[in-house]
Amino acid sequence: MKIQLNNKIKAALTTISIALFLILVFVGDNVISSGSSWRMLITVIEKGSIFALVAASMNLLNGFTGLFSLGQAGFMLMGAYTYAIFTIPSASHDAVYQYFGGGIIKWSIVEVLESKIGVVGHYLGLFIPIIFAGILVAIVAYLIGIPVLRLKSDYLAIATLGFAEILRAFFQWNTLGPVTNGSNVLRKYTTYHSAIFPVVIAGICITIILLLLNSTYGRAFKAIRDDEIAAEAMGINLFKHKELSFVISSFFAGISGSLLAMFQSTISATPFTTQMTYEILLIVVIGGIGSISGSIIGAFLFIACSEWWLRGLDSGSWLGISSDLMRSGFRKVIFAIMIMLVVLFYSKGIMGDKEFSWNRFVNWWLTRPQAIKNWPNKLKSKLVSKKKARMAKSDAKARLKQEKADSDYKKASGTPLFTPLPISDQVIVFDKEGK
Amino acid sequence: MLAIRDLNVHYGGIHALRGIDIDVPDGKIISLIGANGAGKSTTLKAIMGLVSKSTGHVYWDNTDITGMKTKDIVNSGIILCPEGRKIFPDLTVDENLSVGAYLRKDKVAIAKDREIAYDLFPRLAERTWQLGATLSGGEQQMLAVARALMSKPRLLMLDEPSLGLAPLVIKDIFSVIQKIKEEGVNVLLIEQNAKAALDISDYAYVMESGVISMAGSGKALLSDPRVQKAYLGE
Repeated sequence: MKIQLNNKIKAALTTISIALFLILVFVGDNVISSGSSWRMLITVIEKGSIFALVAASMNLLNGFTGLFSLGQAGFMLMGAYTYAIFTIPSASHDAVYQYFGGGIIKWSIVEVLESKIGVVGHYLGLFIPIIFAGILVAIVAYLIGIPVLRLKSDYLAIATLGFAEILRAFFQWNTLGPVTNGSNVLRKYTTYHSAIFPVVIAGICITIILLLLNSTYGRAFKAIRDDEIAAEAMGINLFKHKELSFVISSFFAGISGSLLAMFQSTISATPFTTQMTYEILLIVVIGGIGSISGSIIGAFLFIACSEWWLRGLDSGSWLGISSDLMRSGFRKVIFAIMIMLVVLFYSKGIMGDKEFSWNRFVNWWLTRPQAIKNWPNKLKSKLVSKKKARMAKSDAKARLKQEKADSDYKKASGTPLFTPLPISDQVIVFDKEGK
Repeated sequence: MLAIRDLNVHYGGIHALRGIDIDVPDGKIISLIGANGAGKSTTLKAIMGLVSKSTGHVYWDNTDITGMKTKDIVNSGIILCPEGRKIFPDLTVDENLSVGAYLRKDKVAIAKDREIAYDLFPRLAERTWQLGATLSGGEQQMLAVARALMSKPRLLMLDEPSLGLAPLVIKDIFSVIQKIKEEGVNVLLIEQNAKAALDISDYAYVMESGVISMAGSGKALLSDPRVQKAYLGE
């Protein structure tokens, strides 16, 4: 039996769960002491929401506009640096830029705002540099997009990957040291005070992405993904919309980069390699290409595994098992195996291309006991040889064809093909073989 | 009306259209028939600005639209319903229609046209929430035509609407095409199914390897022995 919830209940459930989540994060952040092992939960939520945002932005590009782009880490890096450079307090400049004579930017956005409008400026100082970083990244993405977006599929991926690497090298360039501190870390910049901050910012940004996807622009993006020629024939300007999607995606990648800078409290260009892009891509694939809620779930799962649940695999003992195998790097082996399993059995990811809905969730939950009972059978049927599956498929096709031919004949001649079965109270059930 | 004058198109080294002239007067169904590779689809793509033209002009209501962008051409009232249907498989029927009305801003008129489209194809009205990919071939073709109509065109160009469809479905589609003409939309039709196309068209052009080889009213061409031999299999 399927349960259908009405819109009021759904809205109430959404509001309540969001409010509960925020309260839990807020209370947890203040109650759990930094020594407790549950502190990891807060870290996972902070970092998870940052990666949820960047995964959603990548999904906008790869899953909804059909542009296979791998430049996300580069844009994150740029967002992080822009944020850090413009929020280092002037008192700390000499310490941070010790090899570059205190740098050439001698002010910070936060201080300028504080001196102009006081306490309000201090809090605005948390938001404005983030948005500033996003806008700067968007402008750079616009310029990169002009040549790059004329490419298609794999070539686009290669070009964006290249640009991301160029950005990384650029920020480490010694000549730019007075601005970027060369290959040294940036630190002592302003960060947020509560774990709720990245959660709320990421939440707002993801909501904006969702609203965009449900607008006319979102439909145009999906149309381009489905069929470029048809989309162009409908009057959609291909280049303009690809550029738009690229710029918006980069904007949010920049914002998540600046959140990451705040989260880590020191930032250097070294970790923003292609591997980071692949990790984001992994989140998108595990969550489901074309599903924003999938990206969110994927991000939290990925971060929880890599930061928390699977940590023990690197340090010798995990879930009470200890082995010589479990040394630094073993976590990645297990991760690789898990990814293979996901690709083999869940090739569409956790959510496929569907978004989260309360109806589906409630029904999914109610069918769990039955599903667990059926699980051995399902596994068996998954392992059935491909030949059998193919045969079944062609059988079904032939049957469909026959049915269609029958119905066409019926329509054309007006007479039924078969005499109807004698009417009885009994229900006749045909099994799958059609016997 | 649409007028094509001395249009030439090259694909790399191939001279696909060799100076063709076509007129599509108002209130008529004009069809373009011919074998595979004769250049029929190229003609339509060239009109829409989807392939670049070497020389020649396309006039639409006495303005030269030769060098215009596709979106401006769509805005001026010409729409192409592309070959092989090319509906958006991962969008619902309703969303497909919305994309068709992409360049229009007037929500009330769009809603009205949506209803007209559903009236024209009741099969689609039953399937508004179905994904494009899950429709049958005939339904997909209906969707492609309905989507094209959503831009409120004054010239509808159909590229092989009968491709891969059952005879009964083809009949349905062609009767709708006639209905569309009666609504005041000009139709330029490309077909390999020469008989069906000539039956409903007011005037037709026959194309052979990039040139117009014959032209005449639908009835005249139907009874022409050369057409019968080459395209009607008689």
